[in-house]
Formats: sequence, structure tokens, C-alpha cells
Amino acid sequence: MLNGSRSIKTVVYHVFVCALAIAAMYPILWLIASSLKPNDEIYSTASSLIPSTFTWSNYAKGWQGFAGTTFGTFMKNSFIIVIISTIGAVASSAAVGYGFARVKFFGSKFWFGAVMLTMLLPQDVTIISQYVMFSKLGWLSTFKPIIVPQFFGIPFFIFLIMQFIRTIPGELDEAAKMDGCSKYTIFYKIIIPLIVPALVTSAIFSFYWRWDDFYTPLLYLNDPKLYPMSLALKLFLDNDALNNWGGMFAMSTLSLLPIFIVFVAFQKYIVEGISTSGLKG
Amino acid sequence: MKSFLKENDHVVGYIFILPFIVGFLIFTVYPILSSLYFSFTDYDLLSTPRWVGFANYQKMFTEDDKIIQSLKVTLLYVFTSVPARLIIALLVAMLLNVAARGVAVYRAIYYLPSLIGGSVAVSIMWRQIFGDKGLLNALLAIIGIHTDISWIGYPATALSTLILLSVWQFGSSMLIFLAGLKNIPASYYEAASVDGAGPIRKFFNITLPMLSPIILFNLILQTISGFLTFTPAYIISNGEGGPLGHTLLYSLYLFHRAFVFFEMGYASAMAWVMLLIIGVITLIIFKTSKYWVHYEN
Repeated sequence: MLNGSRSIKTVVYHVFVCALAIAAMYPILWLIASSLKPNDEIYSTASSLIPSTFTWSNYAKGWQGFAGTTFGTFMKNSFIIVIISTIGAVASSAAVGYGFARVKFFGSKFWFGAVMLTMLLPQDVTIISQYVMFSKLGWLSTFKPIIVPQFFGIPFFIFLIMQFIRTIPGELDEAAKMDGCSKYTIFYKIIIPLIVPALVTSAIFSFYWRWDDFYTPLLYLNDPKLYPMSLALKLFLDNDALNNWGGMFAMSTLSLLPIFIVFVAFQKYIVEGISTSGLKG
Repeated sequence: MKSFLKENDHVVGYIFILPFIVGFLIFTVYPILSSLYFSFTDYDLLSTPRWVGFANYQKMFTEDDKIIQSLKVTLLYVFTSVPARLIIALLVAMLLNVAARGVAVYRAIYYLPSLIGGSVAVSIMWRQIFGDKGLLNALLAIIGIHTDISWIGYPATALSTLILLSVWQFGSSMLIFLAGLKNIPASYYEAASVDGAGPIRKFFNITLPMLSPIILFNLILQTISGFLTFTPAYIISNGEGGPLGHTLLYSLYLFHRAFVFFEMGYASAMAWVMLLIIGVITLIIFKTSKYWVHYEN
């Protein structure tokens, strides 16, 4: 009897949790389904998740892009921005994180406070002056305003890497020091290999943030040939008259694909990164 | 010289954190100071800034109705979406904090919306779901409610769609809560059971106090990021903040003033008012936290 009521409870639990999961996933499934429907069917059968015929041509139609610039270009731009930014963000944050975690120097508390302050500072306060600065430098309509700031340490990553380094026993450093290693060699030869998980986590988050970033490209890029995916998708809305709904849904789905792939491949790092540091996804 | 760079820890430390110091001075300190200066000027980016004293600030609160509108919209957005998201995140985290089969899969599925939530693709998707011929109306038709209103185009419901989008992304908070729940020693609950405490008392006397530092941390970070919400409002309203200013979030309005009309001085003043408001709200949360945040010593 007890067993019976327990299994009923289990069934109710799974039905409820499963229903909630379907509700959470539903909009995403709808997006994917719409990308596979014939154009005239998208809104006439909006409630159905199954297309009458699977229409892959939406992907070809969307890929053509706008005014001769294809999604091949947009995708390439996205990857250039994301990859260079991520290398810069992770490398600089690793060095800074190590400095805070393992070197005792005058003023380190002050500078760590500055890291925290930067993390909490609303970007709206600095964005206008940064824009003025970059426009005076002649950097408008280039990737530089988007990429260069990533090379100066990202507060969230500094924090994450620092916390990770603190879990590594200090005896390792001491032993290396005995062998005549400087802090630079210790960092490079001992610490870096040990903090790979923290670096991977930072790289994944950097990838996500740069890939999704819309605001910075919107500010600094005005030549569609330089647009990343995020900004290019908006062109579908600007060209409402085209009514290329299928193409819009197809390219939206495509822009989410790298995010899904990285998620499936690195789920463990992502969950740990969020759980330990409170990083937002 | 060489040994000095290698052996003096004070020097070594500064060499390691040098990237941050340089970036902090160029991309944070200098922009903060210059935006403070701009906020007292009339500046269109082309001519030199012209000093106008407090005129921008004065104009904000005496002539510009849109400021009040965008503040109202933003406060309503932040004060509804942040608590709603945290409450749902906590409830789902508790639901998943059991050793049932498939929990890892559910966790991944619930997290997915947070992962993609900030993207343009999702904002576009949302715009279509709540449009006049969109998914919501199609689903309502199935249960016999026939409507052809555009939820994003209708003043009374436009902001709710943005709030819903934000609440839908409860996943990252859920993961943080889940990690926190796993850290609560099971012995606390066992002791409470011995004392005859039911699930509700356990929740209020053990779970909530033990999670309160995490809740505080989440509350502050999400309140700040709530004020900065831009992309969904921009995409859903096609950059206009409509209908009738009902999705004119403060960040979106600031963007208009700065980068559409190039009123850099006025927009800088707006940014400072926003900083002040966020500062005050954060301070209030901090000050009141001593009554509800429980730290273990």
C-alpha cells in the first residue's frame, strides 16, 4: 500500500515536471518548426508544431541575406569577433586572476575592489563616453570597439579564475619556487595547466555573451558587410515588406545552433560555472 | 632590473594585473568622468561640448514626459520580472532537488531559455509568438477564444510580454538555487522532522534562511541587469518603445537620445540619474538585508 502511494507520487511528479519542461521548450520548438514550414503556412497553422511538408528551402532563402551579403558573411563576422574576443578575455583574465590569487602586493585590495565595482557598474554610464572615444579614434565601422576592450580582463572571469586558483594547494608553488621558478614560470608552467576547467568555463561564457551581443555591434557597425549574426537577423524586421518569414525563422534557428552545440558539448562546465560563481547565462 | 621584475612581489603583482588596470582607467574611469562632464553640457558629437550647468537635469524632470514614462515602465518591469523570476527559480529548484530519475535532463531543459534568452533570435521569436497572427492567439483559438489582437502592439499587454520573456529565463537563477539547496545539511531537516515540523515550517525556518545570502546576491545582480534590459524591447517594438511608450525601457530611451538624436549631454545626464536610482535601490536592498539575510558563522 505504501509502495503504491509512493509510485503514484512519482508518476504525478514526473507528469508535472515533464509538462513544465514542455512548456519551457515550446517556444523554441515553435521557432524550429516554423523554420520548416512553407511561408504561407507559418501563421495559418501557428498552433501546429508539424509542417505539412518539411520546407528546407527556407534555409536557402534566408541564407541569401540582404543586398548581396549572405549569411555566410554574417556568420564569418560573428566567428571572427567571438573567437578573437574570447581569446583576449580568457588570457587577460587568467593573468589578472593569478595576480590577485597568488601574489601579495601593495594595493591589491584596492584593485580587487575596482574589479567588483566594474562588475556592478551599469554599462549605460560608460557607453556614451566610450562611443565618443572610439569615434574620435576613427574606430567606428570596424570590429575594434567590440573586440579591443575584451583584452583587459573581464571582472566575472577574473573572479571565477581567482576562486579556482585558490583551491590549488600553495605547496605546489612553494616547491616550484625552491626549484628556482619565478612567478611567471609558475603561472605559465604549473597554474595554467591546472586551471583549464576554469578557462574553459570562462571561454564558454565569453562565447555566449559575444555571440548574443546586439548592443555593441548596433552602435559601432553600420556597414551590413560587417554585421554579425545578431545584427543581421534584425534586417529581416527592417525588410518587413519582403515577408520572408520562413527565411527569418530559418536564420534565427541557425543562429542558435552554435549555442546549442556548445551547450551539449560542455554542459558540465556551464552548470558548474553558474553554480559556483552565480554567473548569468 | 631583470631580477627586480622577477623577485619583487609588489612589482610582479602589478605586472599580472596590468591588463585590468589599463582597461579600468581607459574603459571605466575615464568614461565615467567624461560622462559626468558631458551631463553638464550640450554636446552633439560634432561641435565641442557647450557647458549648460544643470539644464539637462532640469529638463529631464520638467519638460520631458517620456522620461517619466520610461521610468514608470522600467520600474514596473524590474519590480515584477525580478521577483517573479526568482520565485519561480526557487520553486523549480526545490522541485528538482530530489534524487529522481531524469533530473539532469529537466535541469538542462529548464536552463535552455536562459542560455539563449538574450539573443536577437529569441526576441524575434517572442515578437512573432505574441503578434496578431502568432502562436498565442492560435493556441487561444483551440480553447475557443478567438482574438486577433497583437499582444505586443496593445498598450495594456505590451510590457507583460517583455516581463514574461524575462521570467521564462529563470534557468540560471534556478541552477544557483539548486547549488545552494545541495549545500544545506540534511541533518537540519532531520532535526526539524524530529521536532515535528511540517514542510512549510521547514521551508521558512531552514530553506529560506539558508538560501538568503544567495537570494540577496541574485536580487542585486538581476535588479541591475533588469535596468539595463535593451535588446528584447528594441527588437519587439522595432526600436520605438511603443505602443504609446509602453515598452520604452529606460535603456532604450537613453539609446534614442544618445545614438539616434546624438544628444550626448542629455543622454549622459540620463545615465547618471539611472546610476543614482540603481545605487539607491541597491543600498535599500543592502540596508534591509540585515533583517532577512542569515549568515552562518
